[in-house]
Amino acid sequence: MALLEVKGLVKHFVAERSLFGRALAHVKAVDGVSFALDAGKTLALVGESGCGKSTVSRLVLRLIEPDAGSVRFDGRDLLSLDAGALRAFRREAQIIFQDPYASLNPRMTVGQILTEPLALHNLMPPAQRRERVEELLRLVGLEPRLARRYPHEFSGGQRQRIAIARALAVEPKLIICDEPVSALDVSIRSQILNLLRELQDRLGLAYIFVSHDLAVVKHIADHVAVMNLGQIVETAEADALFAAPRHPYSRALLSAIPVPKPRAKSSRIVLQGEIPSALDPPPGCRFHTRCPYVVERCRSDMPKLVPDGIGHATACHRMSELPSSEAIVPADGGFSPVLEKLVAAFSGGTEAVRGGGVSSLGTDPA
Amino acid sequence: MSAAPLIDIKDLRIRFHGDDGRVTHAVDSVDLSVAHGATLGLVGESGCGKSVTSLAIMGLLPKQSAEISGAIRFDGFDLLKTSDQTLRDLRGNRLAMIFQEPMTSLNPSLTIGEQIIETILRHRGGARRSARERAIELLRRVHIPSPERRIDEYPHKLSGGMRQRVMIAMALACDPRLLVADEPTTALDVTLQAQILELMRELKAASGAAIILITHDLGVVAEVCDEVAVMYAGEIVERAPVDELFSTPQHPYTVGLLGSIPRLDHRADQLATIEGMVPNMAQPPAGCRFAARCPFVLDACTRAPPPLMEISPGHLSRCIRAPLELLVS
Repeated sequence: MALLEVKGLVKHFVAERSLFGRALAHVKAVDGVSFALDAGKTLALVGESGCGKSTVSRLVLRLIEPDAGSVRFDGRDLLSLDAGALRAFRREAQIIFQDPYASLNPRMTVGQILTEPLALHNLMPPAQRRERVEELLRLVGLEPRLARRYPHEFSGGQRQRIAIARALAVEPKLIICDEPVSALDVSIRSQILNLLRELQDRLGLAYIFVSHDLAVVKHIADHVAVMNLGQIVETAEADALFAAPRHPYSRALLSAIPVPKPRAKSSRIVLQGEIPSALDPPPGCRFHTRCPYVVERCRSDMPKLVPDGIGHATACHRMSELPSSEAIVPADGGFSPVLEKLVAAFSGGTEAVRGGGVSSLGTDPA
Repeated sequence: MSAAPLIDIKDLRIRFHGDDGRVTHAVDSVDLSVAHGATLGLVGESGCGKSVTSLAIMGLLPKQSAEISGAIRFDGFDLLKTSDQTLRDLRGNRLAMIFQEPMTSLNPSLTIGEQIIETILRHRGGARRSARERAIELLRRVHIPSPERRIDEYPHKLSGGMRQRVMIAMALACDPRLLVADEPTTALDVTLQAQILELMRELKAASGAAIILITHDLGVVAEVCDEVAVMYAGEIVERAPVDELFSTPQHPYTVGLLGSIPRLDHRADQLATIEGMVPNMAQPPAGCRFAARCPFVLDACTRAPPPLMEISPGHLSRCIRAPLELLVS
């Protein structure tokens, strides 16, 4: 049974009210989203800004209330929980945000930040909390003595580690990672991605990973759901999606990934036109204004997400007629043979390098 | 290669004097040159000095706190010695810049048309009407739909991708010889990023302008640059033609960077990481600035600052252990 099952989730925000408070315009942020996530797995939500991926992640935690739909977590219906039960649920599902500078209270020490969830959920007697804080810090690769420091004393990557430790304090089953590495430099980003993966293996965590960086998604996700204007247009296993995306929107999105290989072969589909406003999404298929394969039917009928029976579902009227998409995702060719060895040596530390290490003569013996 | 480069930076050093008397070494002995019509990528992580270098080229650093030495030769001028008046004549004219955040770099209280027309009138003069026509033409060139109508809109009415295109139109208003683009696509979604990169390639082909592209995204570098300079802690640590940088990097920092980005075609359980932190630039280390984080470090690395040496034609590295392939062969 899936850990998390989301069905027909809808959230419309009021964008404009009349003088008397009557809603005049709605942003259809999330419009009928369904997916499931197994324990210990990672589902990535991808799409352009404003596609609703962050709203979905907050609806799943009931940080905002959905207008319709159902969310089942570990067999319980989340939307029927009362305040007390909701609080208990929050022990099992946590969230990490994009900006590690804004998500930690600057007036609390790291120790206090990490003790707070333990106290709130009454997880252990006060006497043992300090030990648990030290354990949490070690878990995310920070030294326990840092518990006395304040957030401003840490770098961005270290702060994100603290945010992860805070999420782990209550031993959750699910962590929602909302662009957790977007604000970080490349070398720090890889540390956090490695850490998230390690923790998943060790603790059996499930992740919902919200990101606009598709190479990162390919690296970390088991399943991917591609969202456009509040709806999922395609969902599949990550490898299947990146091997051959089906929906025209997924094709365009994946073909646009800039790959670190000069003169990479690309069959890039550069979308023309702007992203339509979620205030007034186009009728029919919401992608039809930018779709290179649009036909009359797309302008009036909204396509349903149709599963193919082997875990790949697509919402497109023309799916069976579209050309092959196997060469659409640009090939970055991996590492060159030299780079492969250099990276291995770089990661392996000094002993992996011929003649490496700090020699007493200070010259290169090689 | 025989012709003189369009822009030639020699031994650029920039120090910032803080209020508390602290001196930060933001940029040290940077040598760079870009040929006519070429694209140079300037890459590195936050605080490495890449943006400060670009601001120095544009003459936009605060005179009170920034101490600049060296030379930036462009088009017969030394930009560090020219008068403010000459700089103002060059900026927006032969020298143009695009910034990362198009919302904060456009004036919210003027229509986009007024902002482009102002640039044209300032540098080219002529009648307002013909300037307006040129502005519409420019908007069309950067693929803004119905430019005749859009020209009278205010920046807040436009999406992020559109605004960045307006910025590019404005930068192109006077056919610059050099375009400095500081993270031009970082705030944009991949689909828009693809559009803007495509546009930059198109414009380069059409106008022959040289581009200095500042970015932290190695994918973007691979796509549009001819040559790359990697900066670390205020210094250029490696300079190479783009193919060579990605196939045989010659500085350990570049190796770490390339290893730390997830690849589409290369499944790795663990990505490479660069342990440790950037040195404190108020007191830069005596030897190699990357030594403390470098797995290939030797004693000699920490004693004296390594020079930027040519490893193969056009490929320079500030590492005494280069060529690095000998370490792993």
